[in-house]
This record gives sequence, C-alpha cells and structure tokens, in this order.
Amino acid sequence: MLGYLTRRLVQSALILLGVSFITFLLLYVLPADPVRQIAGRSATAQTVENIRHQLGLDQPLLVQYWRYLSGLVQGDMGRSYLQKTEVATLIASRLPATLLLMLGGIVCELLIGLTLGVVAAVFRGRPLDQGLMVTSFVAVSAPQFVVGLLLLYLFAVQLGWFPIGGYGTFAHLVLPAITLGIMGSGWYSRMMRSSMVDVLRQDYIRTARAKGLTRRRILLRHALPNAILPIIAMIGIDIGIFMGGIVVVESVFGWPGIGQLAWQAIQRVDIPVIMGVTMVSATAIVLGNLLADLITPMIDPRIKLR
Amino acid sequence: MADVADLSSPRAATAGALRRLMRRKLALLGLAIIVIVVGGAVLAPWIAPFEPDEQLFDGLTLYGEPMPPGGAFLMGTDLLGRDLFTRMLYGARTSLVIGVVANGVALVIGTLVGVLAGFLRGWVGAVLMRFTDLMMAFPALLLAICLAAVFQPSLWIVAMVIALVNWVQTARVVYTETTSLSEREFIAAEKTLGASSARILFRHILPHLVPTLIVWGTLGISVTVLLEATLSFLGVGVQPPTPSWGNIIFENQTYFQAAPWLVFIPGAAILLLALAFNLVGDALRDVLDPTQRGND
Repeated sequence: MLGYLTRRLVQSALILLGVSFITFLLLYVLPADPVRQIAGRSATAQTVENIRHQLGLDQPLLVQYWRYLSGLVQGDMGRSYLQKTEVATLIASRLPATLLLMLGGIVCELLIGLTLGVVAAVFRGRPLDQGLMVTSFVAVSAPQFVVGLLLLYLFAVQLGWFPIGGYGTFAHLVLPAITLGIMGSGWYSRMMRSSMVDVLRQDYIRTARAKGLTRRRILLRHALPNAILPIIAMIGIDIGIFMGGIVVVESVFGWPGIGQLAWQAIQRVDIPVIMGVTMVSATAIVLGNLLADLITPMIDPRIKLR
Repeated sequence: MADVADLSSPRAATAGALRRLMRRKLALLGLAIIVIVVGGAVLAPWIAPFEPDEQLFDGLTLYGEPMPPGGAFLMGTDLLGRDLFTRMLYGARTSLVIGVVANGVALVIGTLVGVLAGFLRGWVGAVLMRFTDLMMAFPALLLAICLAAVFQPSLWIVAMVIALVNWVQTARVVYTETTSLSEREFIAAEKTLGASSARILFRHILPHLVPTLIVWGTLGISVTVLLEATLSFLGVGVQPPTPSWGNIIFENQTYFQAAPWLVFIPGAAILLLALAFNLVGDALRDVLDPTQRGND
C-alpha cells in the first residue's frame, strides 16, 4: 500500500511537471504578446523592450521555464502582469467560491442521478425506466450554458425565486450548482441503474425476499449500500470534468471563482495567471484520479492495487 | 489463411448489427434528427428564405427590437434584424463540419497513438501512453479556450483545437483493445506462420477495431458539437458573421430576457444534435459489442 502510494505520488508529480512544461511552451510560442497588452497601444518600442527585459521575457525559453519552476516548488507562482498581485493570492481569494460551487455540483448530481438510477432499476423494462433513461441522455447532451440560461430565465427572471447572478447566500448557489451537476447526473443515473440491476440479481437479495422482508427494506438496507459503493469512486474523476464546466457556469452566473479568473486572464494574455490556474486545475485532476484509484480497492477488496 | 478468423469476421458482424440497429426506436429517432439537420445544412441555400448576413428592413420593430417567431420570420429575427431560421440552417453547416472534421482528426490521432502503443509496446508504447496520461491531466476546456483565444479562430482552427483536445479518450480505448487483441490465439497463429507485423496490423488488428471506432466516432461527434458550441458561446469559437449555433447565442445573450427565442432555439438545436449522436452511438455500442449487452 505504502509502496503503491509512493509510486503513484511520484508519477503524479511527473505528470504535473509535464503539464507545466507543455503549458509554458504553448504560451511561449503562441503569437499573442503579453508585453503589448501591458504597455498599451501607444507605447514606444523602447518602453516595450524595457518591460520585456524587466519581466525576463527576453530570456531563452528554458531559462524562463527554469526560473518559473524553481519559484513554483517554493510556492511562488509569480505576479499577475496586469493586476500586480501575487498569482497565489489571486487564486487563494477565488478558490473558496469555486470549491463551494463544485461541492454543490457534486451534491446535485448525486442526489438527482442516484435517485433516478434506483427508480429506473426498480421499474426495469417498464415505460418509467425507458423514460428516465431517455432523460439521462438529454441531461448528458445538454450544453451547460444553455441549461444555465434556461434555469436563469425560468427561475430567476420569470418566477423570481432565485437571484439572477452573483455570490453570497445559499439562494445564489442553487442554480449554478444544478447547472454544473446536471450533466453528471445523467451519467450517474445510468451507472446507478446498471449497478442496482446487477445487485438485485444476486442470490442474497433472493434470500432476503424469501425471508419475507418488505420490498422497501430489501431495496434500502440490502441492495442500495452495495450498489452505491462502486459509484462513489467516480466522484474523484468528476473533479476533472468540473474543472472545464466551471469556466462556463461561472461566466453565465457571474460566480467569482477561478473559472472567471482564468477566463479574464486568457483574454488579456496574463500568462502567470493562466499558468497558475492550469497548474491548480491539473493538480486537482491528478489528485481526484488518485483518490478514485485509492478508494476502489477499499470498497471492493477483490480489486488489488498494483 | 486469412480466412481462419472468418467466423468472427468484422464485416459480417457489421452487416448484422445494422439490421439490429434498425429495430431500436431511440436509435431511429436519433438517425431521424441527424438526417433532418444534415438535410437542412446541405439544402440551406435553397430552402433558406433569406441570406444569412442580410439585415432585413422589416426585421426589427419600430423600436429596433428583434421580431418574435411567427409571420414572415419562422423563428423570429436577431438583434441585427437577420432571419434566425436562415442563420440556423447555415449554422447547422458549421456544427456538422466541425463535428465531423474535428472528430475525424481526433479519431485518427487517437487510433494511431493507441494502436502504436498497444502493438509496439516497449519504450515507444510507454512514452506514448505516458504522454496520453499527461494529456488526461490537462483541463481540456481551459486548454481549448486558451488556444482558440490566441489564434483568432477560423472554422478550421476551431476544428483543430477541438481535435487536439479530444483524441485522448479514443487513444486509451484503442490501446486497451489492441493489447488484448495482440494476445489472442489467432494473432499468435499468424505470427507462428511468419506473417509480417504490417500484415497482422492491417489485416487483423485494424479490422477488429472497426466496431469500437464506429461507436467512439459516433459518440465523439456529440462531444465535439458541444465543445464547439461552448467555445463559440464564450466568443472564442467560430467568429461572426459566420453563423454557428453557439455564436448565435453569444451574440444575443445580453438580450435574452426580452428575446428568449434567440437563445433557446439554437440551444435546443445543439441539444437535439448532441442527443441524436449519443442515442445512435449508444445503440451502436449495444449491437456491435456483445460484452456491453445484458443491461436491458
């Protein structure tokens, strides 16, 4: 176990090193010039060169990368070109909002997805089951920004139940969390259905039925815990999928998280911020996958770590 | 000698699968949607009532507001007084071209990487798969936005950006399939008979990958369509005035409380097209891959 963990952590660190290099390389070769953005349109060639020199952007790629990397391992992500603030500070100030949104998204997708999956499994083969499975396909195929705008239009503009956007109270969280979670709820309902169908076929369920237990008790106490276990491990993988979704959801709802930060940074070619957000996202994805792999054998002892 | 494996010949399996596919109602619904969208896109110049960029004189109300659906404008008009139905038809071209091209390129890259890694093993395979792991850790949408934002995207650049982000899943699936195929008896038999690597690869491994590629190719179009719409919605995808379902929403979203049709008609179209490819892809998986069956 400890050996496995060490090996996986080293692997994860190498992956993150690779991600940092590729992102750095991409931002280096891209035709957008951050110095022009900082200096403004009317700057003289001399000013532009001065800024370039100040930021060290006239150095060769590998020198620049080495400087960035040695800062990064000490927790220094550099300064934003345009806001003159530490990138780490910027990200730290935005991260709580994003984590809250992701937590909301996970709760929504599990609540909706697992419930629908269980109902579909119980009514297997009947019209309700087929209807729910079509619904799950619709959920998976719905573009997040359309879902977000639709929820905004119905529940904020027309009905006035929720605020139109922003951040602060629980009411602000509801619509963005549902928007983020709806795609995942489609996947979870399909996985939960097939997991539940498998469990309901097992001998011990037949035994429970033969003992004369109520349907409700068999479902909730005997089948559900076993059916839910393999699905819990998937939550780690969701983190990666959410990392893309937050850019869209935060933009639709004006949610002040790192998705918005990244989006603004990209538009202004603020390279240190783009690098910072990419590294934080990649770390979250790698840790999420690691978590999923670690949880699986705890849930199902038949699976061994290698 | 090549006919030894004919009992499980991929071609015969595919023909049978097509018949089974036709019996599935949801798959037929998906196919119907695809046919309608493709038809609309191909016939756009003939069935569109106006030009896509034409700012119509009576396309705005006296107060300069867009016209709601009905009357001369089947789906209403947009903020510039252009006919939405016409733009939807031309927008279908964008979605389909990007869906097919981007997904095709991603499929080719993914297959190449997966087959090479699975067939060659050794250090080439190891390097390729580690690179794939690395790509998995990239926040894909962030990467796509970043690339698209910097390149002043044309239709083809958007397609390439999407392809560069989307080949990873295919590579992993193809890799797993190729490694398990390489260990099967009929491949071992071919090797014993002295068949060259190229022969094994092209005559035996690639044909057996066809069902997988058909399934992933179909499901992948749905992912591509959604990604293109998302990029265009953020304003870094296909650029106006070329209509795309995503950038129609991007152009009009500030006004969506007063003119919701400008957001929800293209939104519904994106959903339906993605849904159609998902339905067909899922049905294909059921009929082409017997191991996936049994959940019904």
